[in-house]
Amino acid sequence: MTTTVTERREPAGAPPGSGSRRLTERVFRIREFGIIAVLVVFVAITTSIEPSFLNQQNLQFLLINTTVYALLALGETMVVVSRNVDLSIGSILGLSAYVSASMFGHHPGIPIPLVFLIGLGIGLACGMANGFMVAVGRVPSLVVTLATLYIIRGIDILIVGGNEVTAQTLPNSFTNIARATVAGIPYLAIVIAVVIGIGAYYMRAFRSGRELYAIGSNPEAARLAGIPVGKRIFTAFAVSGAIAGVAGVLWAAQYQTIDSTAGTGYELTVISAVVVGGVAIFGGSGSAVGAAVGALLLSSINSALNVLGFPQLWLEAISGFLLLLAITLDRIISVRLMIALRRRSPGVGT
Amino acid sequence: MLALHGATKSFGAVRAVTDGTIDLYAGEAHALLGENGAGKSTMVKILAGVYQPDSGELLIDGTPVSLHNPADAQNAGIAVIYQEPTLFPDLSVAENIFMGRQPLLAGRRIDRRRMHADSAALFSRLGVKLDPGRISRGLSIADQQIVEIAKALSLDARVIVMDEPTAALSATEVARLFDVVATLRSGGAAVLFISHRLEEVFEICQRVTVMRDGRHVLTSELAGLTADDLVRAMVGRQMVERAAGERGVAGEVVLHVEHLTREGVFTDISLDVRAGEIVALAGLVGSGRSEVARAVFGIDRYDAGRVVMRGRQLRRASPTGAMAAGIGFVPEDRRQQGLVMDMSVQQNVALASLARLRQAGLVRSAAERAFAADWAVRLNLKYGRLIDPVSRLSGGNQQKVVLAKWLGRRPALLIVDEPTRGIDIATKAEVHRLLVRLARDGVAILMISSELPEVLHIGDRILVMREGRLTAEFGHEDASEEKIMAAATGQLQEAS
Amino acid sequence: MEPDLNARAAPGPATGSPPAPATGPTGLLRAAARGSVRWETGLFLLVVAIVIFGAVTSPQFLTSGNFFNTGVTSGEIAIMALPMTLIIISGEIDLSVASILGMSSALLGVLWSHHWPMPAIFVMVALLGIVAGLINGLLVTRVGLPSLAVTIGTLALYRGVALILLGANTVSNFPATYTNIGVLPLPHTQIPYNIAIFVVLAVIFGIVLHATATGRSIYAMGASPEAALFAGIRVKRVKTMLYVVSGLVCAMAGVLWTFRLATAVQNNGLGLELDVVAIVLLGGVSIFGGKGTLAGVVLAVIAFAGLQNALLLTNFNQEATGIVIGALLLVSVFAPNAGRLRQGLPPWARGRSGRSGHQSPAVGSGT
Repeated sequence: MTTTVTERREPAGAPPGSGSRRLTERVFRIREFGIIAVLVVFVAITTSIEPSFLNQQNLQFLLINTTVYALLALGETMVVVSRNVDLSIGSILGLSAYVSASMFGHHPGIPIPLVFLIGLGIGLACGMANGFMVAVGRVPSLVVTLATLYIIRGIDILIVGGNEVTAQTLPNSFTNIARATVAGIPYLAIVIAVVIGIGAYYMRAFRSGRELYAIGSNPEAARLAGIPVGKRIFTAFAVSGAIAGVAGVLWAAQYQTIDSTAGTGYELTVISAVVVGGVAIFGGSGSAVGAAVGALLLSSINSALNVLGFPQLWLEAISGFLLLLAITLDRIISVRLMIALRRRSPGVGT
Repeated sequence: MLALHGATKSFGAVRAVTDGTIDLYAGEAHALLGENGAGKSTMVKILAGVYQPDSGELLIDGTPVSLHNPADAQNAGIAVIYQEPTLFPDLSVAENIFMGRQPLLAGRRIDRRRMHADSAALFSRLGVKLDPGRISRGLSIADQQIVEIAKALSLDARVIVMDEPTAALSATEVARLFDVVATLRSGGAAVLFISHRLEEVFEICQRVTVMRDGRHVLTSELAGLTADDLVRAMVGRQMVERAAGERGVAGEVVLHVEHLTREGVFTDISLDVRAGEIVALAGLVGSGRSEVARAVFGIDRYDAGRVVMRGRQLRRASPTGAMAAGIGFVPEDRRQQGLVMDMSVQQNVALASLARLRQAGLVRSAAERAFAADWAVRLNLKYGRLIDPVSRLSGGNQQKVVLAKWLGRRPALLIVDEPTRGIDIATKAEVHRLLVRLARDGVAILMISSELPEVLHIGDRILVMREGRLTAEFGHEDASEEKIMAAATGQLQEAS
Repeated sequence: MEPDLNARAAPGPATGSPPAPATGPTGLLRAAARGSVRWETGLFLLVVAIVIFGAVTSPQFLTSGNFFNTGVTSGEIAIMALPMTLIIISGEIDLSVASILGMSSALLGVLWSHHWPMPAIFVMVALLGIVAGLINGLLVTRVGLPSLAVTIGTLALYRGVALILLGANTVSNFPATYTNIGVLPLPHTQIPYNIAIFVVLAVIFGIVLHATATGRSIYAMGASPEAALFAGIRVKRVKTMLYVVSGLVCAMAGVLWTFRLATAVQNNGLGLELDVVAIVLLGGVSIFGGKGTLAGVVLAVIAFAGLQNALLLTNFNQEATGIVIGALLLVSVFAPNAGRLRQGLPPWARGRSGRSGHQSPAVGSGT
């Protein structure tokens, strides 16, 4: 595994080491960070065809668009790495977006940090419910979060009624969050990038982070090793929920019109981004950085379609195809790796 | 140093342990013996903190201790090496060793350099070369065990429980393991050694505890005891001298394998099995025997060569074709490969014969039941009800179910891979008698076994594989344990 | 204790009663009498409770007109639940079902707007369903990918294809002979076409699952994929076939849906896959594979449709019925686990476990 922290868009260098170690490290780097190369290549090709792709306005738009998905990808990575899945993030985002944004209408002058806290709180509550059921009930997270996807969306619909939050009710200071830039780069994108970097570093360099990988790699062994599996999984879901809650507030700042359909379908897009970004669907490996880059790649494709004049509606098919491609390649690589490793380690004393 | 007295443990209505008692002294290697179902693994799990005993007392250095979970056991200095190592395949070896206890830098960040250095130190103590940075996926079972042992060392474990550690090791690896045990003992640790292999028990252990039917029946020094004494304690009766049975005349060639090769796994395997003979395939674990068998049966593919059953060449990688040609295959791993644990006894027995049980295209459960009941009687199967999940049966009876499944097809060739692994002594004998009887009735049998007494006992011809090649062939008369071992380890010398 | 190979079992019933997974109709009845089929019994009680609830809260609930409408609106989901049941029991999952429905609806619309004759369109749509299912099946069995990930990908891919096919257009000028399927019942009866098709398919799938060798093999491969392989079961072939059947059935459901709504539009059936999975799980099929009955799923279909309908009649916010569905889903997974704690994961999520011996045999593991 890597011994250095990588920042976004900087592929790590080749490590020292012997034979199979170098091989595995190299392969894992490819799987975890090769997505960066793919992104770079894609952007290069698109820009060469249509230079306006990388103009400032487009770039800002692209980055802003990605922030919500990339943030969601961070939480989802933590969950997926532990061999679970959180399908409820779209519903959590929707609920949080509406409730927090409607605060401005009901309580004019409410401080913005408080609104964020409300969104975080909503997400945290939902996430803790998810985590509790998965950790204590030992029920597959697919089923639990499928159910909470329904339930939370239903609650959202009931609360929203037929209303919606519109841009006029939102103060400029709030909507500017999505617009502010620093040297041409959206402020928000930088903050999110830093948050993701911190999250990925935490998972790499702290015991509890590594334990998530262990749980995903072999859940029974994790229990036997004395890892507090329930606690870790609970935390992963709680964090994922909290992140979705915050993402909801950001979403509101960005789109400014929020009804009961906000966030519908996001979970599948995020999971696609996560898998494309190198996180193994069964857990045990992958990085939030890669997942965020995966989200960036999907957004770039969306933007490229726009810029190159293709109909937007190709995006869905393309993203589905990319996911299939990613996991196919993943599988082929891992099979080859297994065979190669077997050859190099025939066993001690044979 | 460690004493567990009067432990009891029940699971629902099943009393697994009624009077579990073990005393361990520092610096000794202590064997825990008993047939399957005697309660050994429950005792291990109690020591490991996985189960909490319903009653009984656990004392460590004289102080009563309660273990509520594996972490408690770890903290108490107890480490368990299970039969199947449980590593994290996606993580490095070093991380596997130190998971949850990684050395830290300032700010509670993991110190990877120190972790790797510490791992390397552990490995050199064990006399092993393993790269700590290497990912665990793809390690051989022997290597995985070494990692587990390194983990135990790193925990400064004072009690190390080894559950059937040698089942999957080569002779060299076993020897090295015994050195490691000696090192652990000299460091003051107690090693609790669970094994079915009495030769090994006599070689490295000083004292022994025998359990039977959930109770402790014997604890004593090993000096002065014989294998018979131990078996009698385990089984409660004199070990029956296993009669070999008459050997019939071998008939026609049923299985003909020619130059079978699979790159990196086995090379140029050619062998014949005739009707009525038992061909034993011996060798160290990892020599490729199971792979050859699986290739013959069609589960695995092969790159070159042919497999011919009764004159007709078989298609590669087609278990259906092999079955149609009359091959039955009793695999090595009973629980994962031989049986569908969640299904009932009768469904498991019928699973390979569904086509034959059909009436008008439909399978009736009554037909399954009759079929299974038939075979249950023939094989003297002990079960509660035929519809019980097969997981409730003991290991020996489970193996009988697997055999019934295949015998129900009246195969011309029966391949059995480690037919008596993990089975109690009484059932072992039954299985041996069954195989001999089958051969007498004209079935060709290819038996893979790592237990030399078994190989010598019922094999008509003995083939030895080493590192993917056939290295020797012995007839029943001129075979001996030494010769087989020599061929298996590559020291082909004339045994005295 | 010499095993006697020539012995025969005493004739007559063996010690014991009907088997654990229900087999055949009489087996099921006997098992129900024994009380072992608790799940289906609970479901039955749930259906009764829902009927009572519906009758109490709305006078229209128990009218034949209402039954007709309920049947019509839930017909497609019910039909899709049938192959999904077999797929989940076999240890896999198919999340692309609604997208196949949408894709076939889009194809129907496009071809119709290009004046293809309807019979030819039916053939093309069927082919589309088969190909879609084949892609799923091959990716899962030949490439060896986890079905969760694959069908999430094909969910997006097929929905995308639907988008590409139809764009933003809608096609609604279908002839009445076809659109009447959604409006008129079978001649001389009050039964909607959807339900009639559902019943026929349910019987077929039920027989296959509970009384054929293929059905047994589906249970085996779901409960223990390796053991099934070692018993000579052609796991890959059966699973691929299940996906193809699912694709075909969902394509047919797409046709039915389009005719019922008399409109082909790209978002037909959006999000339905979760409903289908919810129904199957509610029906007592274990998410881990290897367990479940078709009768349970049928009961779950009735419960689901009845509940939606009852809530509709009370003017409960339709879209919020998700809360009830979600709650039912949770109950359906927690209730059995209260009895025996299930450890581990479903086969389609399990992937490579920690044991080195648990690799796919083709990769050639060995001890």
